[in-house]
Amino acid sequence: MGAKPHATGKSLPHDSAKLHVSGAAAYTDDIAEPRDLLHIAIGMSSKAHAKVTKLDLATVLSANGVADVFVAADIPGENLCGPIVADERIFSDDVVEYAGQAIFAVAAETVDEARKAARLATIEYKELEPILDPLDAIAKKSFVLPSETLNCGDAIAALEAAPHRLQRRLDLGGQDQFYLEGHIAMAVPGEDGTITVYSSTQHPDEVQHLVADVTGRSAKDVVCICRRMGGAFGGKESQAATIACIAALMATKTGRACKLRLDRDDDMIMTGKRHDFVIDYDVGFDDDGRILGIRFMFASRCGVSADLSGPVNDRTMFHCDNAYFLENVDIESHRCKTNTVSNTAFRGFGGPQGMYAVEYAIDDIARTLNKDPLEVRRKNFYGIDERNTTQYGQKVEDNIIAEIVDKLEDDAKYQKRRKAVRNFNARNKVLKRGIALTPVKFGISFTATHLNQAGALVHVYRDGTVHLNHGGTEMGQGLYIKVAQVVADELGIGVDRIRINAADTSRVPNASATAASSGSDINGKAAQKAAQKIRSRLTEFAASHFNVAETKVDFGADKVTVGNETLTFEELVQLAWFGRVSMSATGFYKTPKIHYDRETFSGRPFFYFAYGAAVSEVVVDTLTGENRLLRVDIVHDCGDSLNPAVDLGQVEGGYVQGVGWLTSEELCWNEAGELTTHAPSTYKIPTCSDLAPDFRVQLLQNAGNREDTIYRSKAVGEPPLMLGISAFHAIRDAIATDEQPLPDLQAPATPEAVLKAIEGGGQ
Amino acid sequence: MSEGGDNIDTSSDAIRFVLDGELYELDNIDPTRTVLQFLREDLGRTGTKEGCAEGDCGACTVVLAELNKDGSDLTVRAINSCIQFLPTLDGKELITVESLGRDGNLHPVQQAMVDHHGSQCGFCTPGFVMSLFALYKSNAKPSRREIDDALAGNLCRCTGYRPIIAAAEAMYDAEPDTAWLRQPATSANAKNKANKFKSPTDRIDALKDLQRDSCLALTGSGRTFFAPTTSDELAGLLAIHPNATLLAGGTDIGIWVTKQHRELDTIIYTGRIKELNQVQVSVSQIEIGAAVSLTDAMEHILDAYPDLDELFKRFASPPIRNAGTLGGNIANGSPIGDSMPVLMVAGTTLVLRRGRSRREVPLENFYIGYQVKDLRPAEFIESIRMPLLGDDVILRSHKLSKRFDQDISAVCSAYCLELDGEQVTMFRMACGGMAATIRRAENCEAAVVGKSWNNDTIDAACKALARDFEPISDMRASAGYRLRVAQNLLRRFYLESRGDADVSVYSYGR
Repeated sequence: MGAKPHATGKSLPHDSAKLHVSGAAAYTDDIAEPRDLLHIAIGMSSKAHAKVTKLDLATVLSANGVADVFVAADIPGENLCGPIVADERIFSDDVVEYAGQAIFAVAAETVDEARKAARLATIEYKELEPILDPLDAIAKKSFVLPSETLNCGDAIAALEAAPHRLQRRLDLGGQDQFYLEGHIAMAVPGEDGTITVYSSTQHPDEVQHLVADVTGRSAKDVVCICRRMGGAFGGKESQAATIACIAALMATKTGRACKLRLDRDDDMIMTGKRHDFVIDYDVGFDDDGRILGIRFMFASRCGVSADLSGPVNDRTMFHCDNAYFLENVDIESHRCKTNTVSNTAFRGFGGPQGMYAVEYAIDDIARTLNKDPLEVRRKNFYGIDERNTTQYGQKVEDNIIAEIVDKLEDDAKYQKRRKAVRNFNARNKVLKRGIALTPVKFGISFTATHLNQAGALVHVYRDGTVHLNHGGTEMGQGLYIKVAQVVADELGIGVDRIRINAADTSRVPNASATAASSGSDINGKAAQKAAQKIRSRLTEFAASHFNVAETKVDFGADKVTVGNETLTFEELVQLAWFGRVSMSATGFYKTPKIHYDRETFSGRPFFYFAYGAAVSEVVVDTLTGENRLLRVDIVHDCGDSLNPAVDLGQVEGGYVQGVGWLTSEELCWNEAGELTTHAPSTYKIPTCSDLAPDFRVQLLQNAGNREDTIYRSKAVGEPPLMLGISAFHAIRDAIATDEQPLPDLQAPATPEAVLKAIEGGGQ
Repeated sequence: MSEGGDNIDTSSDAIRFVLDGELYELDNIDPTRTVLQFLREDLGRTGTKEGCAEGDCGACTVVLAELNKDGSDLTVRAINSCIQFLPTLDGKELITVESLGRDGNLHPVQQAMVDHHGSQCGFCTPGFVMSLFALYKSNAKPSRREIDDALAGNLCRCTGYRPIIAAAEAMYDAEPDTAWLRQPATSANAKNKANKFKSPTDRIDALKDLQRDSCLALTGSGRTFFAPTTSDELAGLLAIHPNATLLAGGTDIGIWVTKQHRELDTIIYTGRIKELNQVQVSVSQIEIGAAVSLTDAMEHILDAYPDLDELFKRFASPPIRNAGTLGGNIANGSPIGDSMPVLMVAGTTLVLRRGRSRREVPLENFYIGYQVKDLRPAEFIESIRMPLLGDDVILRSHKLSKRFDQDISAVCSAYCLELDGEQVTMFRMACGGMAATIRRAENCEAAVVGKSWNNDTIDAACKALARDFEPISDMRASAGYRLRVAQNLLRRFYLESRGDADVSVYSYGR
């Protein structure tokens, strides 16, 4: 028996929207501070690689307001942290491995006092030679994890036999998450050795366990709570744990509540980003532009520790096909250890870099053959009944890319506008326009199968209102309202009856990170199961109480019909309470069908794929390299959307973030290995005026997920980011000329990079 | 008042400002405490956020209402509270995100943001709401471009801005916000509360009561803050405190404190000085007081030189231009300041004052070396005199940066050209971002003056430009690109002067 859906599918506002606009939404730094709170600041290494020969904290300790300091030796547990491999030191030992690594922490009565004191330490170094880029790391065999290969078909033979062949090297920049709320955690010691940690984290469970490990506690003594984050984008998946551990360690040492809020510069210097890559490809193709064989070499800057670099780079290997059938492919993936901050998750999680590589190859093929890149893309799309197996052996069963691209080509009037662009460029010397359509196919699930599980907790109180918890965290993506919509429909009530509660490890245990776009898929299903349990108990009770068949009990619109009777939801709940019915339930979900052998890189790592495509049109000033988006058209697949407004927000925001990655967002390091772009004054994410004046985004309609996901919706967090690749290729289209059909444009396409490609020749 | 700071009463005054219809009187405060710290840490008003503590992200945006020149109305402008020192609120009304809405109803700006799904994570949202509120109060029907400009100082990482723009367009559809501020009773946790205004809507009168005609002197945390009201007082104070920090808009000095943790012992604030806040336009020049905000100064300059619109729109952001001053931009002397190249080629001079004596110095002679200026101890910039050149003179400036809005220039060039037929009778060019100081391009100018204004001359000028500057490489641009693009910008200027140039990419399609 199904409830009548009336909340899901609706564009309800974000559950905190009114609080956001009133300044009443409490982020971790807004929580009322406990008495005697201490504020922490970090003393960081100024060297990329050095032995610390002297560390004197006397002046720090004697500074105004300082209560205590903390170094590696003060850690009761192990000085190691890390989401998969515990190889990252919370505080450096005698060797510092990157500029910005924490050497000590200081706690003081005020934030100012702590930050001032942190600068007073006497630290002497004996410098060691640093490794600062991936190629240097490969030369010196410096890796955080072993290199991996994935071979499918016979790429070498296919390349040798191919009528056409191209090689290229790509330098692909990284990206700072630039969540508006920086990293923060507040640790509050409780009675009998317990501790509560308020953390801006995508992964409260990991914070709980790592805090327990480093402070010498067990998980039962640690609670981690996160109501909301001011943005995360992957940057708070693993990296929040170190911040929380430092706050908890200092709280444990001093016996006082402690808060660590990183200043923006410290946040950008101390915490990881999207991996930058060096990529080589060698592609062979026929006269139609069909890829016959391709080899990729991926080398990523992982920084000093493994962090999430293993699965990030695996996902690069899984996504260098994007939407294209690669029959013969060799992939080589190096996870380079460098003396820079450990890179981490960022929306797309390695996928964008793989897709960028193959899209560049496709663009090169088309320009070599003097064809419309869209035609070449189509030639290479996965087929429906044939040419439908990925390089890792998963059959693509839900392929709708051709349908999406056909629709977009029409809606965006791609062909007509492509002609208009050519005409414009023939008439104009300085300004040139360009247009590109690129597709997205993105695999949904954590590649580590065991992470694809979720739990939820639902209480119905006897006034008919509902308490909802699940393991997911809210970072702005609208997960909480979407899950509430599911619970509302399962119980046949309005969402206004539901109180959405903070992620809290004491309510829902062992939850995975809210990551891999999986939030509403797995938490929605878990909450659905919890709500269904309660509804079925209420149904059973109502049937028995009113002496009707269970099939005669129906929930909807805050009412329950039982045979000929109609009760309000709270009336039934009242009766059920008197009838001693349990109205609290947990729900648990594990994603079906998936399996994957990491030894052979084969199996079905993804439950399904999400699809989309974008057309971007730009104008470029060929004297300066400045460029601007003119029009963007997007068709994106969210299955049957749980909340179209929320999903549209993810598509629009993801696209703009992807454009930022490939255009204005440039991370720079100096020769000493220091990050020189560590604040918004030097690191430029898109602003309002960068949005194309003509921006048309639609969700694909009547496109229910073929797999049994929550109400047949699809994950939407990460896939739209890669729609931004179309903007990059539009710029390349604008600067390609008959004389120079293959300009060597590198990302990010800053004005300088664009001018270099214009003036520096092609390939 | 006679000249000389010794007549100034230095016992500590209290600053007075209005928040939610209540008068706040604060004394014994650290003068370098920021408005944001005061709101979040002292009042527990945590709606206003810190995103960067350097005025670049807008999460901390609040609105200041000030009496206009003749006291007839209020000027309502957004500023960055993270770098605004608390004593500069004296005599003003502070409006924060918590101030909006009444009796549980949202303000039209807030409601439009909800209706159009303008918030996702919500952390930037209070800042956007306040920038939109300032726009709502100052522009009845903004275009998309005006919306972009109004929001140039606010970063959002989640939405991609489309729904925020939709909210900005829709916020006028609701009932007008005649009663748009919260009543005093709602800020129950206010400390130092004094008289509650019986009629909080009568905000103009409230502010009139707070104006002072004598120097404010405040001490706290071992620091002293002076806010003189006349140029004479300033000259006198500087004579006594030659090492004092002269504070105008504070858009850089604020960062000294929030980022570099510098200790400023004595601060003299120019924001209250009558003469320094005046603009006088004559037939031959615009004379801009050193404390006039960039917003106001640009408005006057644009009347005479509308071609500078793009430069000024791309100069920092509205909150920074509202707080920052033209005099501060010049006095700061950054080699990447955006106002100086164009002022320099226009032949701008500075009126410098020390004690009773004044001297007038051409801007091009003011910068001696990196962060070294022709400014003696206790001397200050009183005003900036920008000549009004004839209609035959073309004055332009080009800014080049990674992002169009709110970015620091990699290169900022300016040109001043006069032709007699094809013959160049005057050509001046200056560049920022190309050397340790902003300065003229002498070799380049020499290659142009007296020549025919044609492609060959421009080719020669570009070659000569390479002899004028040896730029450095940094995170904004490489040395090679800086020089190359400075040459190409000169080519663009040539095309523009001939009417042959396409519209700039900045304006294209907008």
